[in-house]
Amino acid sequence: MYAVNFLLLSAALFSIGVFGVIARRNAVMVLMSIELILNSVNLNLIAFALINNDIDGHIFALFVIAIAAAEVGVGLAMVLMIYRNRRSIALDELSEMHG
Amino acid sequence: MNAVLLASDVNVAQNVGFYIIAAIMLFAAFSVVSTRNVVHAALWLVVVLGGVAAQYILAAAEFVAVSQVLVYIGAVMVLFLFGIMLTRASIGDDTDVNNKGWGIGIPVAVVFFGVLAYSVIDAFEDAVIAEPSGAQIASSTQAISDGYLGDYLVPLIALSFVLLAAAVGAIVLARKD
Repeated sequence: MYAVNFLLLSAALFSIGVFGVIARRNAVMVLMSIELILNSVNLNLIAFALINNDIDGHIFALFVIAIAAAEVGVGLAMVLMIYRNRRSIALDELSEMHG
Repeated sequence: MNAVLLASDVNVAQNVGFYIIAAIMLFAAFSVVSTRNVVHAALWLVVVLGGVAAQYILAAAEFVAVSQVLVYIGAVMVLFLFGIMLTRASIGDDTDVNNKGWGIGIPVAVVFFGVLAYSVIDAFEDAVIAEPSGAQIASSTQAISDGYLGDYLVPLIALSFVLLAAAVGAIVLARKD
């Protein structure tokens, strides 16, 4: 199996996730795109663990999974709070922090 | 890339499985960022996450694959569906799921992928991954636990505090009053 297979797949997933973060207006959809990015990084870590025949990649992938679970929990709580205060989760309407 | 594939170098069945799963994953990922329906985007995300778990199994990372299924497909997707349910009144297509300047994302993503693909192909041009032996695969979960309770014990404890802080923070943020 070629090493570039896994790495190119995760590069493609990462790019799709970056597009989603830029293009999406719904805050929940932006969080989904961030999940795509985190999964592509995990795929890279597992691929490097396989290439270097080292278990540390697995350990870091599990760290990233735990951090991603915490991130989704806090992110969705923030989205719910914004929805309760403004009745909308459109990100381009959240412009109070403009300079 | 190597033009000639030697049967001893490359496991054909593994490659075929990889390409099939990769094609499904890429289609599902495109659907996640292009569909107009938020619920459909969440369900396509399930396909991507399941494909990632399958790739972990192909890469001889069974424990991480099981964790992926438990944490992402089991827990995170339920959170996403709850978030969608609590923030949207209507089930159906939205007319304005994208930003006004969403087109700028296409060149950014294409350039990003180009740079990544160039550097990856430049670095690992035709490196072939040696297949791990059966004994290595069988002892990988043991090696993970040795790592967590050995070299990575302090990061593991720190991570448990991060999860505690995230749980408390989520409750504080989402509380009604």
